[in-house]
Parts: sequence; structure tokens; C-alpha cells
Amino acid sequence: MSGVEGFMYPNEIELQWSVLIVLYPFITGLVAGAFILASLERVFLVEAVKPTYRLALLTALAFLLDAPLPLQLHLGHPERSPEMYFTPHSTSAMAMFGYVYLWYLMAVLVLEIWLDYRRDIVILSRKSKGLLRLIYKVMTLGSSNISPRSLAIDEKVGWVVTLIGIPSAFLLHGYVGFIFGSIKANPWWSSPLMPVVFIFSAMVSGIAAVMLLYMSATKMRRKAIDMRCVDTIAMYLFYIFIIDFSLEMLDLIHRIYEADESFRSLNFMVHTRLYFSHIVIQIFLGTLTPLILLFLTQVVKLTEVLRKRVYATSGCLAMIGIFAMRWNVVIGGQLFSKSFLGYTTYKMALVTREGFLVAIGLTILPLIFLWILVKLLPPWPEQSLHAPAPGD
Amino acid sequence: MGVFKDAGHLFRFTGLFVLAFLAFLLIRGYVVPKTFGQYGHYRAAAIGEIAGRPVKFAGHKACEDCHTDIVDVKMKGKHAHVNCEACHGALAKHADDPTSMTPTKPDTAVLCARCHTASAAKPTGFPQVNPADHSNGVPCETCHNPHSPAIDGGGAK
Repeated sequence: MSGVEGFMYPNEIELQWSVLIVLYPFITGLVAGAFILASLERVFLVEAVKPTYRLALLTALAFLLDAPLPLQLHLGHPERSPEMYFTPHSTSAMAMFGYVYLWYLMAVLVLEIWLDYRRDIVILSRKSKGLLRLIYKVMTLGSSNISPRSLAIDEKVGWVVTLIGIPSAFLLHGYVGFIFGSIKANPWWSSPLMPVVFIFSAMVSGIAAVMLLYMSATKMRRKAIDMRCVDTIAMYLFYIFIIDFSLEMLDLIHRIYEADESFRSLNFMVHTRLYFSHIVIQIFLGTLTPLILLFLTQVVKLTEVLRKRVYATSGCLAMIGIFAMRWNVVIGGQLFSKSFLGYTTYKMALVTREGFLVAIGLTILPLIFLWILVKLLPPWPEQSLHAPAPGD
Repeated sequence: MGVFKDAGHLFRFTGLFVLAFLAFLLIRGYVVPKTFGQYGHYRAAAIGEIAGRPVKFAGHKACEDCHTDIVDVKMKGKHAHVNCEACHGALAKHADDPTSMTPTKPDTAVLCARCHTASAAKPTGFPQVNPADHSNGVPCETCHNPHSPAIDGGGAK
């Protein structure tokens, strides 16, 4: 069999979890990370990142709507796959999906966005015409009360929702890490550090994604980028990246020191089949390079133009690095045999249900969702709406 | 009462949440089979459905009652504990009425390879060959008696 080396058990030769299962934790991570960035302003009162607060929330929602689609496509059976939302169960980590997803979508994100935008929605429902007016009317849920007192209540409730949202975001992505970390039969996955590493890498990718989206959207709108905001985001990105990298290295050192019966096999895999995606892309290009770049912005006084370029480069590299990390976890965990004596190969298909083109489509789809959400609920600070006079 | 008036929209959202939850329960009630969980984490009605299916396998005792000559050969060889229907297929119909249905003879070039093709996952003591090198498409029964396959064990043809 081509691509198979050494002793593989027959059921290990073909990988069951494809690139779509790589996308799932990557996209869910962006949701959790974007939400944590939004909570910086709301709960931790980091005033500088305010320009990205709403954009971060919309980004989280856009990616959350996209997050289960790779799973559904992987499951196949379109007549049955939506049941994963309606038949959650506590018997297995995977069966918990419905609870985790619906809680985060309904009780956290939708509620927080609705509370934050309620004033705007009411004003837009009065100003707009036609179908758009109807959409905004529905979104007001029939209440046009935007009195200062009701908005003050929204503010308080919104704060509580964000507070609940932080552990929920940790739970959402910790859960994804838990799915892998709890598989004791697979030594590449089985680690109690896995949920923690997933959460911190999620924060890195989410913060980098919102920073890039904010910078590119502001550039496209021909407005000035708020450098105080981007500097602060980059600073948080740097700090969280250090924690993430330290945790990953801790996991690595622990594995090397423990050197259990799987170590030789996994070590060989990292130096051969996973060398490019793990050592070159994930560690050097996707972690060390952006860390050095971000470190430079913290210690050297760079010009605004240069800082923007460094942030954009390190943001892109961080995203590539985190995607490579998901790839190395999901695909890497299936490349070696349980006999520790054989290795297989993952060959990505191009135009199949779980192929490359579908993966590209599912990566672009949340950006389309975001574009619609941004059109419907403008997140830009300068577009704050004024309530029309009662006679309007 | 002013607080309730100004928090009216929150009650509406709560109502929406309750409605969504009811819709969830309704769909869940529809998609989860009625007897699921009655005895354990499975559909209880499946037991009755499976029990109600027609029997397809006769069991080796039914074969041995008539084919005593084959049993004598088989008991001496390595295949003594391989069930008849593992190779010949489900034959309850034949056991019920041998004249109504006669089983077709399996193609040994294909059948034997299913178990005896070399694989690293099999125990080293298990006889395994690369069929292309070993026989090159020639049916295995040309040299081996499938009911007692060892050549030096008296099973050779």
C-alpha cells in the first residue's frame, strides 16, 4: 500500500478524521478567542480595545454559525446529521456537542449582541424601509423601549452575560480540547494539558483574527486605524502567545522527560512525516517568528507604518501557526499505528465531500456571514446612531 | 413597577428563549425513538425487531447431523473449530428443506485469501501467504482440502 510504512493495523491505514475535523477546532477557537477579546473591554475594562468590541462579537457569531458545518459534512447523511443539535447526551464528550453549542449560541452570544445592539436596532427599525425595516422590527422583538433606564438595565444584564460568557467560551473550546485529550488510547492526544493548550491557542488565533479583520476592514473603509487600539490588542496577543507557547513546550518537555512506550514512535513521526507542518510551520514560522516580531514592537520604538506591517504579518503567521497546530493534533494523531511500528499518510482529496475545496469554502463562509452581519449591525464606533425625534 | 416596564424587552427575549427550548424539546421528542433508554442506552424496540427477523443461520449441529463424512475429516484438521456457515454462508433454508435450496460451492481462491492473506496485524503463528506469490490464482483446494488444510496432516488431495 502506497504511503504506508512498517506495521499498520488494517483499520489505521485510512484516516477517518479529515481536514474538516482540522477546521472544526480552528473555527471554534476563533469564536472563543474573539469573545475573550470582546470581554476585555466589557469586563476587564480595557478601554483601548473598544473599537473592536462589536466587531469581535460579530466575528464570534459569524464563526460560531459556521463551526458545526464541517462536523455535519463529515457525518454525511444530511437527513440525519442535524440531529447532533437535538439529541445531545452526557454519555460521551462528542454527544455533549448540542448542549455546549446551543448554550454558547443562545445564552451567550446572541443575547449579548442583542442587548448591545438593541438601541441601534430600534433606531434602525424606524429609519429603514422595506424588507430591512421588517427584519429590524422582528429583531426588536416588538419592544421599542430605549429609555435611558431600559438601556441601563441592558448594560447591567450585558455585563453579567459577558461574565457568564468568559467561562462559557473557555468551556466551548476547552470541550473541543477535552475531546482529544480524553482519548486515552491515543498517546499523541491523551493529555490533561490538551484543553488548556486549546484554550490559549484559541485566544491567540481569535485575537489575531479580530485584529486582522479590524485593520483590513478599516483600510477598506478608508478610515484611520486606531493605533492605540491595535497596539493594545498586539500587546495582549503577545502575552497570551507567550503563555500558549510555554504551555505547548511544557507539554513537549513532559512527553520527552516521561518518554513512555509511545515516545520513540511519536518522536520519529515528528522528525519525519510531521517535520514540515510541526517544526517548520507550527513552531518556527507560526510561533517563534510572530513572537519575535511582536517582541520587537514591545521593546523597540517603531514607526506607525512599520508597526501596522509587523502586526499584520505576525497576525497572519499566528493564524497559520494555530491552524498548523490543529492540523498536527488531528492529522498527526492518526498517522502512527497503535503498534508504534508503522506510519500512514494523509492524502487530501480535492473535490469530495471532505476535500480541499469544501474546506476552503467553509473557511470563506464565516467571512460572508460576517459581511452580512456587519451590513445589518454596523460595528463601527463612528457610526453611532442618534435616536430620531419623536415626530420623525 | 417601572423596572418591569423598562425590562419588558428582557421578558420578551426570555419568552423567545423558552419558545426555542420548547422547539428543541419538540424536535428532540420527534427524532429520539420512543423506546430509547427503556432498558439502557439503546432503542428497546430493537430487541423485538431483531428477534422477529427470520433465522438465516442453521448452526453447525444442523450441518453435522447429515454431513457426517465431512465432520470426520474436519475434526482432524486445523479448521475443526471453524463453523460450517463461516465459509458456506447462511444455510437455514437448506437445513429446513435440503431439496429446495442447494448451496453453491465457494471459490477457494477468493475465500481462503480472506483469512490467510499476510498482514502484520495477524499473530505470527497464523498461516498466512501472499496469494499472488503462493498460488497465482490457482484455487487453494487444488493442493489443500479446505476441511483439513494441512498438507502433511493427511488433508492433502
